Amino acid sequence: MKNEMEILFDAISDNEGFARVAVAAFVSHLDPTLEEISDIKTAVSEAVTNCIIHGYENLYGYGRPGEIPASQRAVNPGKVQIACLLEEGVLHIRVTDWGKGIENVEQAMEPLFTTKPQLERSGMGFAFMEAFMDDLEVESTPGQGTTVRMKKKMGLGGWIGGEE
Amino acid sequence: MGQITAEDFQVIDNCLLIRLPEEIDHHGAGFICENADRHLVKEEVCNVVFDFENTRFMDSSGIGIIMGRYRKISCFGGRVYAIHADRQIQRILKVSGLNKIVEVL
Repeated sequence: MKNEMEILFDAISDNEGFARVAVAAFVSHLDPTLEEISDIKTAVSEAVTNCIIHGYENLYGYGRPGEIPASQRAVNPGKVQIACLLEEGVLHIRVTDWGKGIENVEQAMEPLFTTKPQLERSGMGFAFMEAFMDDLEVESTPGQGTTVRMKKKMGLGGWIGGEE
Repeated sequence: MGQITAEDFQVIDNCLLIRLPEEIDHHGAGFICENADRHLVKEEVCNVVFDFENTRFMDSSGIGIIMGRYRKISCFGGRVYAIHADRQIQRILKVSGLNKIVEVL
């Protein structure tokens, strides 16, 4: 059985919650475990947040109004697309933005590496996607955008739980 | 979605207790950092307690919040605690390695 969905939304932080809940709802008929849902939501949240604050540099929403220069307060227009495909018990997620892209993907994927230390982000975004999904691929062209592809085999929830 | 307000920041003795929202992501992280730092400067607290009782979701933004507060208070001997963390939250803390600097009670 094959099942697909696609959503397109504005790259603003208000949509982060919507994006992860939408993907979680898409797989809900598979009766996933709490862990699987949590893994998927975390990975989607990381990917979408990256698009918003790095791809399009929409830093507004990140509080600290006094410290954010006026240039960053304006919302850069841009869209984030999420496409999901469920096939043979595997969830494929593709998160795409058409923002500024990543110069050095390898470096960006290093844990704790961040280009925006002033935002007090942890630099753990890609590390989390890797940890919570089974497969992660990042493709980026500077100036054109970034695509993140993730895979997760569904129905293995008990396996992870049993490890602890 | 449960947003947090100024009342969710409480100073008890030398601890700042922060009652975290239902979902911790980048969208709401700024408000938490900003308010926490205001208390840290004003009230001379040395420890920070993060209360995850209402929290059902957290991504790496939450790690950023905790790491940032830890950096600010650890040089004065302050400590960071996490209470009421459910299994999912504990997993996030473990994967990020944060369980080494945060005492999970």
